[in-house]
Amino acid sequence: MKAEAALASTAPARSHSPWRNYWRQFRQNGLGLCGFAISALITALAIFAPVIAPYDPIQVNADKIFEARSWSHWLGTDELGRDFLSRLIHGARISFFVGIVAVAFKTVVGTFIGLVTGYFEGVVDSLLMRCLDVLYAFPRTLLALLILAVVGPSIPALIFVIGLGGIPQFARIVRGAVLSAKQNEYIVAARSLGATSTRILWRYLLPNVLAPILILSSLSLARAITAEAGLSFLGLGVDPTLPTWGGMLRAGSPYLRLHPHLAVFPGLLIMLAVLGFNAMGDAIRDILDPRMLNRVRGGRTT
Amino acid sequence: MSLLEIRNLKKHFPVGEGWFSRGKGAVKAVDGVDLTIEEGETLGLVGESGCGKSTLGRTILRLIEPTSGEINFLGKNLLSLSQRDLRTARRDMQIIFQDPYASLNPRMRVGDIVGEGLEIHKLAKGKAKRDRVMELLHQVGLRDDHYDRYPHEFSGGQRQRIGIARALAVNPKFIVCDEPVSSLDVSIQAQIINLLQELQEKLRLTYLFISHDLRVVEHISHRVAIMYLGKVVEIAKSDTIYRDAKHPYTRALLSAVPIPDMSKKKERVVLEGDVPSPVNPPPGCTFHPRCAYREAACSQTVPPLEFSADGHGVSCHVFGPGKRP
Repeated sequence: MKAEAALASTAPARSHSPWRNYWRQFRQNGLGLCGFAISALITALAIFAPVIAPYDPIQVNADKIFEARSWSHWLGTDELGRDFLSRLIHGARISFFVGIVAVAFKTVVGTFIGLVTGYFEGVVDSLLMRCLDVLYAFPRTLLALLILAVVGPSIPALIFVIGLGGIPQFARIVRGAVLSAKQNEYIVAARSLGATSTRILWRYLLPNVLAPILILSSLSLARAITAEAGLSFLGLGVDPTLPTWGGMLRAGSPYLRLHPHLAVFPGLLIMLAVLGFNAMGDAIRDILDPRMLNRVRGGRTT
Repeated sequence: MSLLEIRNLKKHFPVGEGWFSRGKGAVKAVDGVDLTIEEGETLGLVGESGCGKSTLGRTILRLIEPTSGEINFLGKNLLSLSQRDLRTARRDMQIIFQDPYASLNPRMRVGDIVGEGLEIHKLAKGKAKRDRVMELLHQVGLRDDHYDRYPHEFSGGQRQRIGIARALAVNPKFIVCDEPVSSLDVSIQAQIINLLQELQEKLRLTYLFISHDLRVVEHISHRVAIMYLGKVVEIAKSDTIYRDAKHPYTRALLSAVPIPDMSKKKERVVLEGDVPSPVNPPPGCTFHPRCAYREAACSQTVPPLEFSADGHGVSCHVFGPGKRP
């Protein structure tokens, strides 16, 4: 009787989704938490840029060129007298916006292709995957340069170009995960209950491949930010008056000897952002990786 | 009319097919099976692993598309149904799986797993769905508070009960039990077997009970079919099979069942050789290379499954009905 009561009292607490376990593990991962904090900080910077930044980032002041650090301009001004700190803060905005949308673009398209090809296999699968192989074989930067040269640099073009190169990677990983997940007997069970393909894809397979998608997109956010920086550095990014970290790096590089901070700070921020997102992505992978999961499960049952 | 009638059902899996290579043959997992199952009965299906019994079970439900043949279920030919009609027809036929760990989605709550069929066929929603799921949980011996739990919180036997509740949700008439107790402890096996029998009585269910365990099959089945290399070699009432087996393969199988009685000595028939590859099954009777009683005809022609007056079917040139006793 006593044992039964004890069982009953612990029962509700034991009933939790796997995701809560993941969060508990994530909290114990120091580097991952650091990465998460950095990512959160940069995200906040990007969202609240107009509130935080002390000046208008594109306001040119001909009489304040290359001003040193002061209380009114914490990081001084650049070659056109614009407040450097404000530009850095706003730079987070565009870099981040381009990165996020590009990653969302490749995640959605790649996942969709991966799900469909992995689930249905057959001719459509072979055709689509071979097309993606061609895309994959193309050097990404070359492809980006080519497309930007044709359509001209703009934010949508930048997003498309950065996202496009990542689609084959997503599609392949999702397809592989679907191929293995659909072998599960509970998929057969769902079919025997009369579930439609759409239902199986949406309710059974998508949640199953969510882990690799999450890992890949958090890792590729770092990559998208560097890609944006790289293209902006080459002058193929957005309008040069708009502040982006890559663009600022390029604008600051001629003055590296006299005013090194103009190039160093955007570079540092790019590095920090990449480090943050990579650390977070790594932590997520460690936690969601099925082999890690087994280790933890095995530990708990013994 | 019988609930289920299978005529010359075949499932061949192609081997070594690719873009540039021609097919190298096929695994004949199910190779011309005829079966009838009456309403309310349990037909046991026995055979070694790899003989095609699971494939047969899944092919009957069209979870695997058959290569050829005919499946008449409740007067409809299942093979002529469109995908849409097939989904509707699935309400009447369900399956219980061997591995209760692989057959439940780890990311869904028990209530959602059991209620999935209700949702798919729009049988109940909201409160009505919850009530029905609770009723099903009680029916299989689970409790209310299991509703919101995840599968990993249950033992193997409990998980198997969840699988049974899921199958029952849509009120099926026919259930394929694909080795439902093979992965459970012996003590739990008995519980699940009893539950299945109880449910059969209460809900007038019909089972195709697939197993490699002859004792379990003897206990639960009304009739038993023995499968070897994709074919049914013998079929009879349960007690007939165990008392008066005709086919040499059946006799070898039965002699391998351990008897928990040291005083009883029994004759052990040991088969020579291994099960031949189902890609290139031997000509004639597929069992003849391992058979101690083989005759000239055995390697020439396939023996048909012939029935005696009491419904005992044997596919054998030597021991078939009207031949040697």
